[in-house]
Amino acid sequence: MTYTQIALLSIPIVVVVDLFALRTRVITRKAFWVSYAIIVFFQLITNGMFTGFGIVQYDGAAIIGSTSPTTGAPTMFGDGRIAFAPAEDLMFGFSLILLSLALWVFFGRLGVSRTPVAGPPMWRTRSRRRD
Amino acid sequence: MLGLPSNLAYVGVLVFVLVGSLWLEVVLRTRVFARLPRLLLVLALVIWPFLLWDAYAIAQGHWWFDTERILGVYLPGEIPLDELLFFLVIPIASILTLEAVRSVKGWPVGDGSDALEEPVGQQ
Repeated sequence: MTYTQIALLSIPIVVVVDLFALRTRVITRKAFWVSYAIIVFFQLITNGMFTGFGIVQYDGAAIIGSTSPTTGAPTMFGDGRIAFAPAEDLMFGFSLILLSLALWVFFGRLGVSRTPVAGPPMWRTRSRRRD
Repeated sequence: MLGLPSNLAYVGVLVFVLVGSLWLEVVLRTRVFARLPRLLLVLALVIWPFLLWDAYAIAQGHWWFDTERILGVYLPGEIPLDELLFFLVIPIASILTLEAVRSVKGWPVGDGSDALEEPVGQQ
């Protein structure tokens, strides 16, 4: 299988794990999608560093775009790449992030370190929260 | 770059991720590290499918690493140690982000601690 195929397959697998295996339903939560929006912004920066500096390189036969050049950075946008990284990396990242957060919610629900809960932020007074 | 050995390039990106996320634990009081057993369980499980994926992709030649920009320590499956660190750092940063959003917005995620007033219980 190619990276494209595995990456495309990984998303429904992790979604099924979230919805039906763990029954965490993280993808139905607003908190998840807002978090993902923040994470994916930083992922584009970090993946851009990994791929733009040539730390990681890819075989054109395995991805939508072409093989990473032996010298210099790959195409920044286009040729199947987004911010230097193959578009597949976004799918890889989504799967890693969703599985991580689904497991986090799963173990909380199981009762492993359910508390202390997050917050309040430092700029809010502690007394406002009733805990 | 910065006068550091080039072999620290990969790990340097991970340091960037940690610098960008660890402050949430203090400033937004995410309390992820105060729930260490839960964090360690997540990390102990989440790495495996991605290590297997990595080993397969490396064996198939889907991707490879500039040997001058990684630590040079390898796990079974020719997986650079840097990759294992990636599979630990990214979940930590992701969980910190989720808990940061919860800290500010108070939105539920169904982990049994939402608002501490409607316990989820055993479904």
